[in-house]
Amino acid sequence: MANVAIPAPAGAGRKPRYGSMSRDRKWALRWSYFFLVLFALFFLLPPIYMLITSLKTSAEISAATNPWWVYNPTLENYVGLLTSNQYLTFFRNSALVSVFVVTITMLISIPAAFALSRMKFWGSAALATGVFLTYLIPETLLFLPLFKMFAVFNEWTGIQLINRWWVLLVVYPTLTVPFCTWIMIGYFASIPKELDEAALIDGASWTQTLTKIFIPVALPGLIAATIFAFTVSWAQFLYPLAFTTSSDQLVLPVGIITTLIKGDVFNWGQIMTGALLGAAPPLIIYAFLMDYYIAGLTAGATKG
Amino acid sequence: MAEVRLRKVVKFYDEVEAVRGIDLDIADHEFVVLVGPSGCGKSTTLRMIAGLEDITGGDVLIGGDVVNDVPPKDRDIAMVFQNYALYPHMTVEQNMSFGLRLKRYPKAEIRKRVDEAARILDIRDLLSRKPKQLSGGQRQRVAMGRAIVRNPKVFLFDEPLSNLDAKLRVQMRTEIKKVHQQVRTTTIYVTHDQVEAMTLADRVVVMNGGVIEQVGTPHQLYHSPATRFVAGFIGSPAMNFIPCQMEEAGSNLSVRLTEGLSFPVPPQRADRYRRHTRNGNLLLGLRPEHITEAGHHIQPGEVPFEARLDVTEPMGMETLVYFPLSGTQVCGRVNPNAGAKDGAPLRLAADLNNMHLIDEATGRVI
Repeated sequence: MANVAIPAPAGAGRKPRYGSMSRDRKWALRWSYFFLVLFALFFLLPPIYMLITSLKTSAEISAATNPWWVYNPTLENYVGLLTSNQYLTFFRNSALVSVFVVTITMLISIPAAFALSRMKFWGSAALATGVFLTYLIPETLLFLPLFKMFAVFNEWTGIQLINRWWVLLVVYPTLTVPFCTWIMIGYFASIPKELDEAALIDGASWTQTLTKIFIPVALPGLIAATIFAFTVSWAQFLYPLAFTTSSDQLVLPVGIITTLIKGDVFNWGQIMTGALLGAAPPLIIYAFLMDYYIAGLTAGATKG
Repeated sequence: MAEVRLRKVVKFYDEVEAVRGIDLDIADHEFVVLVGPSGCGKSTTLRMIAGLEDITGGDVLIGGDVVNDVPPKDRDIAMVFQNYALYPHMTVEQNMSFGLRLKRYPKAEIRKRVDEAARILDIRDLLSRKPKQLSGGQRQRVAMGRAIVRNPKVFLFDEPLSNLDAKLRVQMRTEIKKVHQQVRTTTIYVTHDQVEAMTLADRVVVMNGGVIEQVGTPHQLYHSPATRFVAGFIGSPAMNFIPCQMEEAGSNLSVRLTEGLSFPVPPQRADRYRRHTRNGNLLLGLRPEHITEAGHHIQPGEVPFEARLDVTEPMGMETLVYFPLSGTQVCGRVNPNAGAKDGAPLRLAADLNNMHLIDEATGRVI
């Protein structure tokens, strides 16, 4: 074949700008680091301040020294809290409430989400929207009517609900179930229809399709919902404040506030220590479950 | 294994009638392909046989039993889906054995069946992989394996090759045919690709607008289509439809296309067409391969004519030529050495022994 001269494109003499892609990328990275560090500082300052304060004695906290520095570090706040039966009771109540609420929420939300996303029945669409709307009603609107309901329940049945820690097992799911159901409807809806049809043909019942196909495939969604339910029940403040009063029935957030603030005396060192220790369980759970949360398990189910 | 029968099967989606009362008998061991354009009701029909859609009216029988209200798992069928629908969290082996494990088959039996299916499909090396580690073709094999291990009465395929690239599709087509030759299970296969239908099927069911247009062997559909739709749907390039009129001069019958062009009808076909001489809405149906370059010896039934070509498409083993005739674009297939050029005249011959005459009003082939 003859050699064919390809005409040089216009401006061919100029040096090509190789590497401009990677230069753009480098700048994008710099900016993202800048903003990420900014955000991290902003959100980490309060816990750092809590940590610093928790290591001080009451005398040092009230002294007019640099509040961002510990001159005489001490663990007395930690020892004091962890050896006090009261704090351990709060912790135990919080743990029990959270574990039970997560379990109850999952037991209700998973089948509900499965039914609402897969079984088409009369009113299923309206019901799905209804579930979401329930979540939009703030708890500040609900605690008074709930309180009244429990009082009436007590009159009728003689069963005392108010001022028992387990009343929270009835109350918290009103917050967690709608949201978790809603998240999982989304996850279940993203599972291709053919997958449950294949399971149906393979001989699986609805329950088997749920347990053997949907739950494993939507595991990241389930974990997201679990984290949410745990966080809500661990950190909830208003409901336990309204429904529980005796110190042996309190959960952590309310317990810390009601027992460590005596009149106008704020035991800041212990308050900070209690809050810091209280924040640990959710952190640990996050750290363990994040990997699952991110994993894309549905890859490969269908042509992707 | 079993035969499948549809009796006046109707399907309504709210107000829309997707399937309008179809009757179909599928024999034991038969490979039947439902083919048609999208929205013709072929997938709906398949899903009604599978039990994934309720039947609005009529009966579906599998192995002689009416299964209208039988849930899918009790119909003893297996289905292969267009997007494979493999369980993403299970290995290939677990995917294939899932149905058997649910039915609590003994472990040894499951192992035996999975190995056998893996051997047939040549996927023994993949058994411990997850679906996301497989290519499209491999996933499709696993989906077929999942169907085979169940040893069902009927295999249902819902456009199984549509997600594969062209080359792999041809390869998997052959695979499916081979598998059917080995397993011999009654198979119902849905596709919109007429080539797949022709190559795979013992019998093809052509559907359009929720009704069956024609049922027949690939040969029957190609050479004696019953309707204009079938004639146009089967075969590529499609059959030419040229507006025409019948003219009778004494005992001779001829097809008039334009003022200057009329083709004499071969005597063996004349009797069939004679009573349509007054019908004004006729179409002459002629496949491209029956319009070729005119040779030195004109065979009986062949009619030579002159055409000015618009476009030529060299395909290698043949050249497709397009030219206007009686107000429509007509396609012919000529020898690559016939000298066909864009814009140039060419002497062609129409083989009227293979002509079809279509009543445009009814859409039926006369």
